[in-house]
Amino acid sequence: MTPREGIYGLLAEFSTPGELVRATEQAHQAGFRRMECYTPYPVEEAAVALRFHKTSVPLVCLLGGVMGMLTAFLMETWITVWSYPMNIAGRPLFSWPAFIVPAYEWTILFAGLSAAFGMLALNGLPQLYHPLFNAPNFRDGASTDKFFLCLEATDPRFSILETRAFLEKFAPVSVVEVEL
Amino acid sequence: MATKSPIDDPRIDPRTGEYEVIAPGHTFRSVTQKIAGLVLTGNTPLGWFGGLTVAGGVATLLVVAMTWLFLKGVGIWGVTIPGAWGFAIINFVWWIGIGHAGTLISAILLLFKQTWRNSINRFAEAMTIFAVVCAGMFPLIHLGRPWLGYWLFPYPSTMNVWPQFRSPLAWDVFAVSTYATISVVFWYIGMVPDFGTLRDRAVMPFAKYIYGLFSMGWRGSTRHWVRYESASLLLAGLATPLVLSVHTVISFDFAVAAMAGWHTTIFPPYFVAGAIYSGFAMVLTLAIPIRKFYHLEDLITLRHLDNMAKVMLATGCIVGYGYCMEIFMSWYSASHWEFFMMWNRMFGPMGWAYWTLILTNLAIPLTTLWSRKLRVNVVYLFVLSLLVNTGMWLERFVIVVTSLYREYLPSSWGTYRATRWDYMTFIGTWGLFTFLFLLFVRLLPMIPISEIRMMLPQSKIRPGGADAETVVEETL
Repeated sequence: MTPREGIYGLLAEFSTPGELVRATEQAHQAGFRRMECYTPYPVEEAAVALRFHKTSVPLVCLLGGVMGMLTAFLMETWITVWSYPMNIAGRPLFSWPAFIVPAYEWTILFAGLSAAFGMLALNGLPQLYHPLFNAPNFRDGASTDKFFLCLEATDPRFSILETRAFLEKFAPVSVVEVEL
Repeated sequence: MATKSPIDDPRIDPRTGEYEVIAPGHTFRSVTQKIAGLVLTGNTPLGWFGGLTVAGGVATLLVVAMTWLFLKGVGIWGVTIPGAWGFAIINFVWWIGIGHAGTLISAILLLFKQTWRNSINRFAEAMTIFAVVCAGMFPLIHLGRPWLGYWLFPYPSTMNVWPQFRSPLAWDVFAVSTYATISVVFWYIGMVPDFGTLRDRAVMPFAKYIYGLFSMGWRGSTRHWVRYESASLLLAGLATPLVLSVHTVISFDFAVAAMAGWHTTIFPPYFVAGAIYSGFAMVLTLAIPIRKFYHLEDLITLRHLDNMAKVMLATGCIVGYGYCMEIFMSWYSASHWEFFMMWNRMFGPMGWAYWTLILTNLAIPLTTLWSRKLRVNVVYLFVLSLLVNTGMWLERFVIVVTSLYREYLPSSWGTYRATRWDYMTFIGTWGLFTFLFLLFVRLLPMIPISEIRMMLPQSKIRPGGADAETVVEETL
């Protein structure tokens, strides 16, 4: 493992969602791209300021659902027509209306599991380590009542002094360096 | 609202005339501390230990009854021919119906943007899962040879035998197992951000470790929240048709059979409405003592009780319509068997069960719930919720037993009498349910913290990006 050097970014803490959104919007206009907001509940306006609206969770969910439906229906057909044909009250072997119910349930099962685990996978969770938890004020506030903006060091516009001065303009509670 | 409440009641919003969803004066930190504090506190209330002991004691009845059942077989129950379905099926339908209100609250009310549901959805979902645990046991122990229960699932066995997909009993396996899985996933995904909060607020290293593990490294990133919200909405959209299908499939177990009183098309909607009716009654049965015991009157307010009572009133009316339609169809079908079944149900040897359920499911709730005074009367609602749950259990008893014990051929008529093992199993599941629920309120956040934060006035940002403080001053 390579030794961790340098910093992850600069973390500005705000007390209200309004201040956070204003700072994020300004940072985006100033050309920052590698940045992220951290809030204790979903703040839609922050996502707008980050220009992040498209997720592929619905697509993953749809694919899962289609897969579940096909799996169940084809399995039922194969079982009742070819693998284990039985005469049940004189019904045809391919009695597809009866197959709809399990196929319906597995559509929902696969779609739901895909949505849940797809969301986690796209988010990169579970994640055992993240540098942000090194910031002393992050753990107390981010999951309770504080709103954070992190400008990351990998952004080409990032420089510790100038970026700090930029963030100080929005009167944050604090700006701290996040160690890697 | 027809009845005017006193205007000086601070819990009533003067603009709408309704009770506030959350009592005014809370901040992000105060709701977080209040809810997380219930879990992270070092002082477990003595009453909780008392409750756990009693519930655990009652749950041992289930262990004893199951042990005896596995040793002796289903002959220890009251099931005979013609009454081959007894307590096990009644309890299965009753418990799974109770679970449905949890999914309704967490999924359907989310889709309808009923934000008041946020306070009650977590423990309603917990109720769903524990009810499904109790329900799922019954068909398995009813198999006769429960250790072969895995034969129900389609898997490539060396015997080359597969399930028979034209039978509603095979559909049941798919419906109930999907329902249990999706309920658990929905519940867990909903708790991930709150696990993050608990991880950050925990003091004990072990609690930090466990909640940290369950939070999966959640850090509240905005991009994560967008995907999270999208997944929540999708899960709600999937759980809604699922919950409707589960009780529909259960009603098919009856409706597909050619028995008088079972073979009707009204069963699916009537079963679903009845399930939601009894489920909301169970939510009230749980919510009323909990909000009192943990002092959560600020978060589970009279508005919640009022709204739940309204849902009960609406679903109760649908159930009442179902009862009327059953009576009408037994006459209109011009079938001798249907007509006799209804006569026997009302005036036969088990007529008492029918009239008790009419009293507790229709006569009492549907006459009194129109009054707002009674809808916000905590004691009355608690008693009523117990009555409705009794009535809904009797409804399933009436459906299962009265159609079976006097079927087509009078020469094969019999009766149904539950044995002590039936009662022990049933009462034992109450203990198991309460035991699991008590563990839940102690170890997990019973109210979704992040969703409550969203309901506070401070969370709103004015269009144009103005600072939020001005909004706070206006609303508080």
